[in-house]
Amino acid sequence: MDTVINIVSWLLMTSGGLFVLVGGIGALRMPNLYTRMHAASVTDSIGPILVIGGLILQAGMTLASIKLTAILVFLLLTGPTASNALASAAMLSGHKPELAQEISEDDAV
Amino acid sequence: MSKPDLHTPQISRLASILILFVLLAATWLVWSGLFKALLLFLGLVSSVLCLWLAIRMRFFDDYLFSLPVGRGYLRYLVWLTREVIKSSLDVTKVVLSPSLPISPRIARIRAGSDHPYDQVLFANSITLTPGTLSMDLDEGVITVHALTEQGMRDLLAGEMDRRITALRGK
Repeated sequence: MDTVINIVSWLLMTSGGLFVLVGGIGALRMPNLYTRMHAASVTDSIGPILVIGGLILQAGMTLASIKLTAILVFLLLTGPTASNALASAAMLSGHKPELAQEISEDDAV
Repeated sequence: MSKPDLHTPQISRLASILILFVLLAATWLVWSGLFKALLLFLGLVSSVLCLWLAIRMRFFDDYLFSLPVGRGYLRYLVWLTREVIKSSLDVTKVVLSPSLPISPRIARIRAGSDHPYDQVLFANSITLTPGTLSMDLDEGVITVHALTEQGMRDLLAGEMDRRITALRGK
């Protein structure tokens, strides 16, 4: 049973690490601020879910697991908030996104 | 469109202050994990200090427990996790393909719910999902930046908005 838990937890942590790496590669490859943020959000969202999920499996039913869960919740709450602040600060300071295709105001749903 | 009522609490002010106190004290106990008199006393002082600050910040003047936490909410979180995984794989594919096939789009989306908490939940869910990013939330209209046209189309299909609106529903 221990072996199974260990294998699953390693798989989670390794795949989480891979997604963090992809986020880093994406942040380097993307052409401008907003598209870089999309790449970085892979690191923000699925990265911690997988890595902390793996760590919780390692910790088992202990106080550490509760703390790890709380850390995950706080990361998932604050990450998007910080991204919203960054994106709207960029907009306010006049950083116009480059679009593949302009969309008119009428497209508001 | 009627404004949602934020100022008529469903529980009394004292009850919400007490609930917050219990939450703060429990958090302190879980974090410290030590049950010595000094640490318990420090925890009590911190909790009361936080309560005092919260009252000073008029935290209890608005309806505090406004998130529709329940089984429907958990179901939404499970669904959102699946969406995060799906769109993470999509963005990963885009990042790792040699031609970098991005087609950035911007659209304005009106949230289905009038409630500000639901609108924040919607905007944050959009940002949490890789490939879409909310840039602004104004009067229930969210400005969204998407990495690919497909990502924008998925969002405009409106399933996330429907699920959030249904949370409070009926």
